[in-house]
Amino acid sequence: MTAVAVGSVDSRVVGRERKFLRRARYIGVPAAVATACVAMYLYVQSQELDSIESRIINARNIWTAAVEQIEIALWATALTLVVAVPLGIALTRPWARRVTPIIIAVANIGQGVPAIGLLFFIYIVLIRSGSTAAILGMAIYAVLPVLRGTMVGLQQVDRGVVKAARGMGMSKQSVLLRVEMPLAVPILLTGVRTALVLTVSTAVLAAFIGGGTFGELIISGQAQGRPLAVAVGSLGAAALAIMADWVGGIAEDLLRPKGL
Amino acid sequence: MTTSVEPMIRLDKLTKHYPGQEAPAVDGVDLAVPEGEIVILVGPSGCGKTTTLEMINRLIEPSSGRIFLEGEDVTHVNADQLRRRMGYVIQQIGLFPHETIAQNIATVPRMLGWDDKRVNNRVDELLHLVGLDPGRYRNRYPKEMSGGQRQRVGVARAMAADPPVMLMDEPFGATDPITRERLQNEFLRIQEDIRKTIVFVTHDIDEAIKMGDRIAILAEGSRIAQYDTPETILTSPASGFVEQFLGSGILLKRLNLSRVEDVHVAIGEWPTIGPETTAEQARQQLQQSGRTHLLLLDGQRRPDRWIAEIDLNPDRDMSQAGTRVQACVDSRATLNDALQEMLLNANGVAAVVDRDGAYAGTLDLETIIAEIREMRAKALDNGSGVVVGDDT
Ligand SMILES: Nc1ncnc2c1ncn2[C@@H]1O[C@H](COP(=O)(O)OP(=O)(O)O)[C@@H](O)[C@H]1O
Ligand SMILES: [Mg+2]
Repeated sequence: MTAVAVGSVDSRVVGRERKFLRRARYIGVPAAVATACVAMYLYVQSQELDSIESRIINARNIWTAAVEQIEIALWATALTLVVAVPLGIALTRPWARRVTPIIIAVANIGQGVPAIGLLFFIYIVLIRSGSTAAILGMAIYAVLPVLRGTMVGLQQVDRGVVKAARGMGMSKQSVLLRVEMPLAVPILLTGVRTALVLTVSTAVLAAFIGGGTFGELIISGQAQGRPLAVAVGSLGAAALAIMADWVGGIAEDLLRPKGL
Repeated sequence: MTTSVEPMIRLDKLTKHYPGQEAPAVDGVDLAVPEGEIVILVGPSGCGKTTTLEMINRLIEPSSGRIFLEGEDVTHVNADQLRRRMGYVIQQIGLFPHETIAQNIATVPRMLGWDDKRVNNRVDELLHLVGLDPGRYRNRYPKEMSGGQRQRVGVARAMAADPPVMLMDEPFGATDPITRERLQNEFLRIQEDIRKTIVFVTHDIDEAIKMGDRIAILAEGSRIAQYDTPETILTSPASGFVEQFLGSGILLKRLNLSRVEDVHVAIGEWPTIGPETTAEQARQQLQQSGRTHLLLLDGQRRPDRWIAEIDLNPDRDMSQAGTRVQACVDSRATLNDALQEMLLNANGVAAVVDRDGAYAGTLDLETIIAEIREMRAKALDNGSGVVVGDDT
């Protein structure tokens, strides 16, 4: 009895600690990002900007860059989800046993191709619009983590649970929707979070094909020898990536089914 | 089976041949499961028990043969519909971790379209039945329960829509021995009321003997080596295979079949005294009886102490004399339990009590030996099979 009591006290303490850490993360991460941005703002304010610098580093440019980057990332992530989740479900069904390894291999190769190469290829060969090409490129790039998250999430569902569900007369479809998918959600969301961070951070590459984003600030700053512009662009991109991860983390906490 | 009534479940030459395997996993099983009985499928690991069971609810589709439920050929009916007519309990339990206990239990009633009120009442009723307080447990998640509690919920969930048939695949196999025994006893108690038709798979012959109204001992390919009551199987095993599967200790296993209330309990063989008896009266009584001990009963006529003549000291309180009666055997205990009790007692006698704990008589070693002789004689009379000797 005492051992049991001690055990549960322990786990309660651990639980409380985890809750505390989570709160700290909810508040701490945006606070740190905001501090860095404010520091950068104050520093830029304290500098005399020349005409080239002030043409690159201004509120309108920064705002546009942020919006473009977020837009590309969100569209790309959405596109990824629409493709990768159903694909992941399909590939874990028994009837797909034969094709699954082939598709996984292809997806792995896709992940191995340098993002910038993929982007130029799409831009030059397929789509002559910078941001659309960027969305497609980012989406392809992010398919693998979501696909893998979906498949691993579904595969790790306890076979006994699925067997019991089938044994009670639930149809295959309702087993998938009511049992397998909810139980796959935590791992699936980890994949989505990775994809989100991946698309937000690689979205700067869109600047190379005229897609805007903070990459624009970095490239023009670099081309015209203005390190301050490069620094502002880099900080903006980094801040967005960190915040994407933060949002992903909260989503994981909120969407995880109770009882797991 | 000689019964003319249609059995609840009937398997007709049921066969499963897994692709790519030389021999069929289940090879032409014929089996009739009578209504309201627990039929045990028992056999060595890999002999095809699970495959046989899962063909009954068509989680595994048979390669050939037919399945009848209440006389209806269900070999080709909609499998999802069929399964809602059969409860299903497995060793892994398979509770839905993301649903509460109440939601888990409500699974099949919800599929059948019951309204909320009926579902909720049923959930509470079932939790009561399996010994879990609804107020305390209905909103918990499975991970907040112990293994034994989860298995109770698994049983409750399988019974939710009151199916006539339950299929159970090593349901208590993953629990520790003490919990397993408790779950078995509880389940037998529940079955006394609900009288479901149950097909129960186990690899444990002791569990089979304890739980089964009938036992099918299976060999490789799910071939039935013997299908009969536990009594007949234990007293006349049909073949060397069955005998080997029953293993050693068969006599002790037989003792599990008889209850104390079924045999002759001697009353008055041992002198008894009440709390008011004096040492002198006791001595007289003991000498008259010619026995070595007398039994002191307390105010409620519960056996208290075994007292020998040398323990009778006029200066000492009688309630401190002799040795305490360690434990009494209930009249519903098995002869095996009674034997254990006798071995603990100095004079080789077990005190038997009725349901209220009051003295009902004594049971001694001779009675048990006579019972064993009688079982053997009956087995010889039946003459159908090999009789296992007393080498156990
Ligand atoms: N899905 C399957 N595919 C191929 N062979 C199987 C499958 N399931 C069981 N088997 C084989 O069928 C035989 C019987 O298995 P099973 O019914 O699980 O036995 P038991 O429950 O008695 O241990 C075993 O040899 C096992 O390897
Ligand atoms: Mg099995």
